[in-house]
Amino acid sequence: MNVSAAGLLLAVLLLAGGCDDMTQQKKENPYASSETAPATVPDSVVEFQDSDHPPPALTLTLLQRGQSEFHAFCSPCHAETGNGHGMVVQRGFPAPEPLTDPDLMTASPRHLYDVLTDGKGIMYGFAQRISPEDRWAIVAYMRALQLSQHATLASLTPEQQAMP
Amino acid sequence: MAAVFSPRANVIATVCMIGVAGFIAGGCIWWFAWPRSDYVRRVGWTIQQPVPFSHQHHVSGLGIDCRFCHSSVEHSAQASLPPTFTCMTCHSQIWTNADMLSAVRNSLTSNTPLVWARVTDVPDYVYFNHSIHVAKGVGCESCHGNVAAMPLTYKAKTLTMRFCLDCHRDPGLQLRPVASIYDTDWHRNRTTPSAAELMRQYHVGARNLTECSICHR
Repeated sequence: MNVSAAGLLLAVLLLAGGCDDMTQQKKENPYASSETAPATVPDSVVEFQDSDHPPPALTLTLLQRGQSEFHAFCSPCHAETGNGHGMVVQRGFPAPEPLTDPDLMTASPRHLYDVLTDGKGIMYGFAQRISPEDRWAIVAYMRALQLSQHATLASLTPEQQAMP
Repeated sequence: MAAVFSPRANVIATVCMIGVAGFIAGGCIWWFAWPRSDYVRRVGWTIQQPVPFSHQHHVSGLGIDCRFCHSSVEHSAQASLPPTFTCMTCHSQIWTNADMLSAVRNSLTSNTPLVWARVTDVPDYVYFNHSIHVAKGVGCESCHGNVAAMPLTYKAKTLTMRFCLDCHRDPGLQLRPVASIYDTDWHRNRTTPSAAELMRQYHVGARNLTECSICHR
């Protein structure tokens, strides 16, 4: 009798074990505190943010990436053309200078990159949101936007001029 | 000798048989179908959030891209919820006195993050990585629905294992061109490359995507 009761209890316990569907599982995040972190950071290590990010080579892929990132992060205020009348500006945000402003046309790429990183005036910095390579891609695309609005027929190649 | 069964036995037997059949059918529904129902899966339920954020206004109305706020979606397993800093990119200048945004301003002044409630969750035994899906041509809409049409955000798909496997078995038709990944209401049209062509472009198909360890690791 006792054996069968123990067997029944065991069976019930085993069945009850199936009730936990494991959708919620507590996990330890070793990096959550310095006490559990695997190692301390040596003094010579700088944050990724502070390390040097030289401009990448100018390629069509970079420009296309820049166009996509410009659309996502810049166009709400600066508009797709860079004229500074994006949708958020139309809803009351103070208008930024157009990207074809003479000062910005002559500004160095590094200056544009730094503004993207740290912000300027009421524009917030985008260091947390856009990776360094993508910031350079946006700078390259901004240059293309500026050029596109000051391009002359003479600056096109004969093949481009021949295109309809 | 009197009959063993009275005439009532016919009725009792029928009722018993129907009852047993009903019990079995009901048990199956309760055991298999009910947990997979949209009701239990919370599909279409809006969730109480600290700020009644409208994707419809920000995405449809203003044309803000998903990545503006969910900025780590291309680089990380998590799409990430925006820090208060991201909200303040615009709201430091516009709607600065709106009552609706007081929680955002309090978060900024007290330096404590807003605690958003998770809308779309998978069980903890599922490993899901946003960046690989985005990189391989799966649009946000495929799992999150047309977020641009949601005044308050709700879970749009059941996210059952079948939902994941339907696509992992035959991903072609769920893939879209790079330019349309963040389009919240995208449809295939005549100019869309074929499913096989997209599979080739994204290098999808070389691996068996239904292996257990793809999702459970």
